[in-house]
Amino acid sequence: MTATAARPPSKVAQIFETMEYGPAPESAKPALDWIAAHQPFGLFIGGEWVAPGGGTYTDSANPATDKSLAKIGQATKEDVDRAVAAARAAFPSWSATPGHVRARYMYAIARHVQKHSRLLAVLETLDNGKTIRETRDIDIPLVARHFYYYAGWAQLMASELKGYQPLGVVGQIIPWNFPMLMLAWKIAPALAMGNTVVLKPARYTPLTALAFAEICREVGLPAGVVNIITGEAGTAGEALVNHPDVDKIAFTGSTDVGRHLRRRTAGTGKKLSLELGGKSPFVVFDDADLDSVVEGTVDAIWFNQGQVCCAGSRLLVQETIADKLTEKLKARMEKLRIGDPLDKAMDIGAIVSPTQLQEITRLVKIGVDEGATVWQPSWSCPTEGSFYPPTLFTNVSPATTIAQVEIFGPVLVSMSFRTPAEAVALANNTRYGLAASVWSENINLALDVARRIKAGSVWVNCTNQFDAASGFGGYRESGFGREGGKEGLYEYIRPTWEQSGAATDEVEEKPSRVHASQNGRANGHTTQNSKLKTQNYQIDRTPKMFIGGKQARPDSGYSMTVHNPKGEQIGEVGEGNRKDIRNAVEAAHAAEGWANTYGHNKAQILYYIAENLAVRADEFARRLQQQTGVSDADTRAEVEASISRLFTYAAWADKYDGRVHSTPSRNVTLAMNEAIGVLGLACPDDAPLLAFVSMIAPAIAMGNTVVVVPSQAHPLSATDFYQVLETSDLPAGVVNIVTGPREALAKVLAEHEDVDGVWYFGSAAGSKMVEYESASNMKRTWVSYGHQRDWRDAAQGEGEEFLREATQVKNVWVPYGE
Amino acid sequence: MAAPAITRPTSVSQNGHGPDTQVDNHRLARNAGMPLDLGIIEEVQANRSAIERRADTLSKRRTVKKEWQAAWLLRAITCIDLTTLAGDDTPGNVLRLCAKARQPVRGDLLDALGVANLGLTVGAVCVYHNLVSTAVEALQGTNIPVAAVSTGFPAGQNPLPLKIAEIEASVAAGAREIDIVISRAHVLTGDWQALYDEVRAFRAACGEAHMKTILATGELATMRNIARASFVCMMAGADFIKTSTGKESVNATLPVSLVMVRAIREYQERSGYLVGFKPAGGIRSAKSALDWLILMKEELGDDWLRPNLFRIGASGLLTDIERQLEYFVTGHYSAAYHQPMV
Repeated sequence: MTATAARPPSKVAQIFETMEYGPAPESAKPALDWIAAHQPFGLFIGGEWVAPGGGTYTDSANPATDKSLAKIGQATKEDVDRAVAAARAAFPSWSATPGHVRARYMYAIARHVQKHSRLLAVLETLDNGKTIRETRDIDIPLVARHFYYYAGWAQLMASELKGYQPLGVVGQIIPWNFPMLMLAWKIAPALAMGNTVVLKPARYTPLTALAFAEICREVGLPAGVVNIITGEAGTAGEALVNHPDVDKIAFTGSTDVGRHLRRRTAGTGKKLSLELGGKSPFVVFDDADLDSVVEGTVDAIWFNQGQVCCAGSRLLVQETIADKLTEKLKARMEKLRIGDPLDKAMDIGAIVSPTQLQEITRLVKIGVDEGATVWQPSWSCPTEGSFYPPTLFTNVSPATTIAQVEIFGPVLVSMSFRTPAEAVALANNTRYGLAASVWSENINLALDVARRIKAGSVWVNCTNQFDAASGFGGYRESGFGREGGKEGLYEYIRPTWEQSGAATDEVEEKPSRVHASQNGRANGHTTQNSKLKTQNYQIDRTPKMFIGGKQARPDSGYSMTVHNPKGEQIGEVGEGNRKDIRNAVEAAHAAEGWANTYGHNKAQILYYIAENLAVRADEFARRLQQQTGVSDADTRAEVEASISRLFTYAAWADKYDGRVHSTPSRNVTLAMNEAIGVLGLACPDDAPLLAFVSMIAPAIAMGNTVVVVPSQAHPLSATDFYQVLETSDLPAGVVNIVTGPREALAKVLAEHEDVDGVWYFGSAAGSKMVEYESASNMKRTWVSYGHQRDWRDAAQGEGEEFLREATQVKNVWVPYGE
Repeated sequence: MAAPAITRPTSVSQNGHGPDTQVDNHRLARNAGMPLDLGIIEEVQANRSAIERRADTLSKRRTVKKEWQAAWLLRAITCIDLTTLAGDDTPGNVLRLCAKARQPVRGDLLDALGVANLGLTVGAVCVYHNLVSTAVEALQGTNIPVAAVSTGFPAGQNPLPLKIAEIEASVAAGAREIDIVISRAHVLTGDWQALYDEVRAFRAACGEAHMKTILATGELATMRNIARASFVCMMAGADFIKTSTGKESVNATLPVSLVMVRAIREYQERSGYLVGFKPAGGIRSAKSALDWLILMKEELGDDWLRPNLFRIGASGLLTDIERQLEYFVTGHYSAAYHQPMV
């Protein structure tokens, strides 16, 4: 490697013949000097560097050499307490700081990131093992871009987000695969919206976060607005998640940990956003530009060593071109270069840690053992450091472990399909739903498939495109919440009227606004109607459940009595059980075509429901009075409000448009509001008709199908309502009503693996249960934490909050140009 | 400190000259063309955005430094078609061009680089027909071919018989390479048969002279047209496909080149023939010459790093390369006037 004087044949003459690439290393010295000047690294709390309370430091290693880079402080629980206290102390003034001033700070941060861009890029490469090309050209520029973008939202918050307030102290936990970019995704929107932050970087990759702390000092960010604590997930991370004074947890990482956090925070009232794993499909149709497809796979699965949550790791290829594409892929893989991540001419750097390397090796072995065909290039990897070669599996079926499990390494599994429908089925045959890539020169086909794949980001004829202006986040078990774009802001704000946290002094739920249930008695089983008080012997009326457009008897064969406030029995409803829920969920799935119904038609049906309710307004008012005992005027007002609410969502049905984000270059990024799917709705006892309508109407207006558990105390308004639905042209299965014990039925819904979301308005304990049980399939939840919502107040009872909860945003990237 | 360099596969020839048992006869043979296959033309896809992304990152994914850069720049020189195509060309400036073609780099620099014994020359000298005989005479005693632009260059709007006659005249005058222009109208009207017939006829007229077909990509409107025209020209027997005349408003670009070299690869897979590539027009910096070499190495392989399969049509480029070589040798940034002018 030493340059020698020319002697025949000179080195230049030799290279002139071989035309090989030579080394092109970026110098590590400035970054190593920076580390030397700063270590051992303490914790950044309240604007100061402080030593970890336990006095413990561990090594952060360079994965390219497996040698130690720096000593990093390990935060204790007490350190986390201090950091949260610092953030709390800073919150009042930071949240009251004018948006324009917050924008100035964030603008300064963006500028400083750019000023130190090479130092940050080299630090990131040293700490993470990713190539300098990526840190220099992708990670760090996107970090700066994110702070610029959200500086803009800080500036605009007061005018564009009226009626919202910051959450408070936000705990943020980020992964090791994009250390500084994930920091930016987390911190920028939080600060823009006036929150203060305690961030824990990943144990493997803390250095750029610590450099960021220095930037916060440089720009004079007020002490405590950003706090950075390094350490173990099990100690510092847990302490942060469990801290009672944290208002929100934002996490990016594995689905297993995300599930743990969902359970940990269940019922606490902490807002939660999770960006989790993926096994994203990369779908190639026979009319695609195959050479560009091949480069797409390089960007999809050999970007960042495949350690990308949205990596296109499942290659789905139309059968007719599968062999041809495989050959092209192999030829391309042969030309990939792996080695020193600081070398500017490397495609693939080091795997983040020996542990991760072992895990990749283990999964690849499973793939081989299960009979898939593995292929790797003929060249060998560096032996020092953690390196793994690009790997292609063919002869894979969905039943293979490697086709289902996230490998988080440079391993591509390839399967073939015959038809677009089969491509979609394969693409959706996964627990995950983070991203997808679709390759076709036929825009009809590409957009159709993009629409049908369940994923938060769909890239047409491209992959792994990121921009601050576009939301990013998952469907299904890839998590919930969005980062980026305007949609990302709502993770860091809440309506000004809304209380934070869970109700602490759990009180008996008030069945109605004006008249609490007498002695809190539950409805008991009855076996006879003898207690029915009647003046004249009327024709027996048996409210049933409403499942799949049909009135259905309860599976249990039991009924529950319904009482008026005086304790008198006024009727009976079926006592629903888990099988009724099961049937209702199946009916709701059978009606999923509702999601594709034209907004105008959905509106027509909602208007028609309102019209038919109006016809029977007197009857519904009487029924409310019978159940709740409230005044005639109040019940009439509730019916009128319900009719109005139906009009509200009929109005919204064709107006809750998506956006077209301004993303780089020649490209449209379509942020489409899509239905979540099958929603379980557990209604409160308060306002038994209005709350019921207020929950159903936005859900179905946005294309969801629903399984509703009406007020347990006052279910008769809901059972009356199915007759309104039956006369309003609503397709069967869009609304299903299961009466019975709300908590038990809500639990079945929350546990159901094929329910996509649950709204629960009830007790704090029930809210906790719903959030906890939802973790099994990471369904979206919206719960009241035991707080009462004033359904009669339009600010609380209707509006965009409901629409947002009824939808998830899919961002479809469509580059164009012939 | 640096990780060990990776082992590269050696099964494919890394070496463009000398006998190589791996190379079959077909690969060494001149492209004979093939019957027009409209199926290939119809199924061509070229996604502009994806192509631009690849072109954009290519030169960010690869770089050569120090000795490697110097060696690659010397290699680039051997691939230059040193060109003058101006209305005011006279024997005087063409003679000067030919002298530079023989001795493209200062002797002291070549000595310092240890490459004086390589007999470095440019790939060819490229002129209008009227100056072919002047150039041929000036290059006597070298192996530097003279290339003539032809067939109504640059617009190609002449009668076909005149185009054929022009080729024949240049060949008769000693041109060993003919850079023809295609009729863009055939591409824009989708008349692939007419394009094929035209280029076939040019190839026949060239005889032993090698034919480079200029697509004038800046006038073909779409990436797909460029890919289709590339295939038709190769099927019709082009030895090289070339981007531009240098006279269009947009000339050689990396994205367009990517489309063309991918077509070359596909054609090789289908026919077995290796077709050369020549970007021309607007390539003025040493850095951009390296970008094109990287493109060739990455997309087609090392065979395409030699003048038999790769040329760069340029004039000012050579001076910038010389400056970079001087900088490598001396450590001082160079001045253009240090280099003997073209």
